[in-house]
Amino acid sequence: MLVVGAGPAGIAAACCAAGNGAHVGIVDNNAIPGGQIWRGETQNSRVSEAANWLRKLATSRVEILPAMEIFASQEPGTLAAESADGMHELNYKKLILCTGARERFLPFPGWTLPNVMGAGGLQALVKSGMPIAGKKVVVAGSGPLLLAVAAYLKTHDADIRVIAEQAPWAWLMRFGLSLPFHGQKIGQAFGIKKQLSRIAYRPGCWVTSAEGNGKLESITLRTGQKTWKESCDYLACGFHLVPNTELPALLGCEIRGGFVRVNDFQESSIPGVYCAGEPTGIGGLELSIVEGQIAGFAAAGQPEKARGYFGERKRQRRFSAALERTFALRNELRPLPAEETIVCRCEDVRFGRLRGQSSWRAAKLQTRCGMGPCQGRICGPAAEFLFGWKVESARPPIFPVPVESLAAATCAE
Amino acid sequence: MPSAFSVTVNGKRVGVTEDMTALAAIIVSGTAMVRRSVSGEPRGVLCGMGVCFECRVTINGERNRRSCQILCRQGMDIRTDE
Repeated sequence: MLVVGAGPAGIAAACCAAGNGAHVGIVDNNAIPGGQIWRGETQNSRVSEAANWLRKLATSRVEILPAMEIFASQEPGTLAAESADGMHELNYKKLILCTGARERFLPFPGWTLPNVMGAGGLQALVKSGMPIAGKKVVVAGSGPLLLAVAAYLKTHDADIRVIAEQAPWAWLMRFGLSLPFHGQKIGQAFGIKKQLSRIAYRPGCWVTSAEGNGKLESITLRTGQKTWKESCDYLACGFHLVPNTELPALLGCEIRGGFVRVNDFQESSIPGVYCAGEPTGIGGLELSIVEGQIAGFAAAGQPEKARGYFGERKRQRRFSAALERTFALRNELRPLPAEETIVCRCEDVRFGRLRGQSSWRAAKLQTRCGMGPCQGRICGPAAEFLFGWKVESARPPIFPVPVESLAAATCAE
Repeated sequence: MPSAFSVTVNGKRVGVTEDMTALAAIIVSGTAMVRRSVSGEPRGVLCGMGVCFECRVTINGERNRRSCQILCRQGMDIRTDE
């Protein structure tokens, strides 16, 4: 059995499957298991949930395949992966896809300046050794991640100027009212609240532009009719999450409404190929873990054990639905890009050139939008929001690879 | 404690630890710009998780390596666009 992605869903899936005697491998593009949310956590971490699962993985018989990027699939039952020491063919009988999510980025004038980055992006950087103490940071965009990022940066002595959440108060209040069902989440929220005391949290507020000469110097914020400038060293800006569905789509899994469609046992439209975590619906950590457990048990032929987690999953999915309603994107974000604002950062395609296109496909052909190394992973979700295009593209290789690897993969075929 | 050593970023020695990424070393060296875009604009990292490809640099002579995904190793030679 092969699990793709060593974040919470993948780790849970691998551990549950291996506990039932299956021979399990877990592959990840990072050097160390944990995914994005548990990046930098270890078996000895104080975040006990992360430590528990990482310890479980380390002491299990799961074979860990780190720093490996899957880029193609020649035939059912095999995946082609690339690592520092070359190309690998991974074979499986059952596959569990736990490919996680990335941040959604929306273009505004100046968003391509150095030191404007994702909210989770800046957190990942600090976790991987970037100094942030004393730096002026504005955290902006949308979603619960903003609070977690601000709290984390503050514990590393960043000077958080403001957290600008585009969702208005009214939506957040409704979200708050739906929380009593989720004691654990409230605990988390209060835990964070302590770290966030004395930081301005502004709902209904968003960045309209970033300014600077060669790198970020200030941003302009807006709330209602009021706009003002805030000087800062870093802007950490992300608009909630989008699922990584490229690999499931490449394999032929049915995608519905942007997410991988799965049955009660987390099995996709392809028998033997399971999917758990954010690609089936953005729902956060707890939902990812419970879906991973269900997928792991189900794939290992233990449906009755999987069934034991259905109730918990149902509870967590309600939270997921509330998240989606609360952090919906407001219309005022659409007119932010100017004619010359870049939308596709790989090919430097500007908003003005895209505006006249009829579809994502036309934009790709006419302007090379989405044709660079990120293959539309960043500009695709932005174009979807800005122009209402249906963006789908999963062609091998789903990650750029050196010609030798492609040649090797083709020869193997 | 993770072991400490040095790498070079555009020829400048930078003290790092083994749990730091090449990208962190670039930022510690004082460079916000990591690459120049196809039209020559300065760019820095965006996603920090290997998706956006804005952090690609030359590492030990090999071009187009995503510096956010690669851990520092003793004597590593990292080159950004100028």
